[in-house]
Amino acid sequence: MARYEARIEITHLPGILDPQGVTVERALPSLGYTNVSRVRVGKSIRLEVTAPDEATARSQVVEMCERLLANTVIEAFEIHLAEFAG
Amino acid sequence: MAPRVGVVVFPGTNCELDAIYALEYFGAEAVTLFHADESIQGVDAVILPGGFAHGDYLRTGAIAQFSPVMESLGKFAQDGGPVVGICNGFQILCESGLLPGALQKNAGLKFLCKSVTLRVETSATPLTNKANVGDLLEIPINHFEGNYTCSAETLSALRDQDRVVVRYLENPNGSIDSIAGICNEARNVVGLMPHPERAIESVLGSSDGAVMLQSIVASAVSGPTATSAASRG
Repeated sequence: MARYEARIEITHLPGILDPQGVTVERALPSLGYTNVSRVRVGKSIRLEVTAPDEATARSQVVEMCERLLANTVIEAFEIHLAEFAG
Repeated sequence: MAPRVGVVVFPGTNCELDAIYALEYFGAEAVTLFHADESIQGVDAVILPGGFAHGDYLRTGAIAQFSPVMESLGKFAQDGGPVVGICNGFQILCESGLLPGALQKNAGLKFLCKSVTLRVETSATPLTNKANVGDLLEIPINHFEGNYTCSAETLSALRDQDRVVVRYLENPNGSIDSIAGICNEARNVVGLMPHPERAIESVLGSSDGAVMLQSIVASAVSGPTATSAASRG
């Protein structure tokens, strides 16, 4: 068995309102950053999973995202998986 | 014997007393069902009241779907039992898959707490069986995440099957097609963002919600609807 750290990034699907992103985007120019666009605010979830191999770990994390961590009606998710060394 | 209507209480639910008061006002026996209960005690209908179930952690309604009570509630709904989710209850029904779509943050990033006018779009649900199509009801809303959204396919199914139960006369939160409430295909599960239980007596500012509470009590008397039995077959 190996241990993997999963970093899961959850963002709004295109077309879904991201009021926090819009608000941050409006705030940044007031600090002088007038060159910023497409600000999006999402969620980051980190967890450890023990599995026989990376493919198993990944498919389990995908399942967790689909069943709980993300609402796929309004959210997209991206999974970054890394095996713990040693 | 008075019809028995269950009111589900999760940690963080805060509208159960209003729902219980309204149910008793219209002659039902209100039965409090706790989230950790495995049984729904043989009730004739169920209300999922508003609040912040499980702190709305992760997403509104996301954690509540795993409460033990939700399993028996799911079976009850599948068997055609009348279920109405109000506000956070609507969000829980969407997260648990008993209703399609999702509720996102209000357009404009504002928490909305005011009275709105709803138009009744169908009377063939446990929430509206005492109302008439076209009735205009003044009911309060009280939410930050009440902006209903769904896929294009779901939206056309909702329209084609007459499953939009109530619409906002003036869209307050950006909901797609001004949707304030919907029902499932079998028509026995309804969710809406506005709070009819807070508008049952004129002393509360409006008594227009009375017809909705009376409908719920009536659905508890008549039991599972014929339409739901047919669509299950």
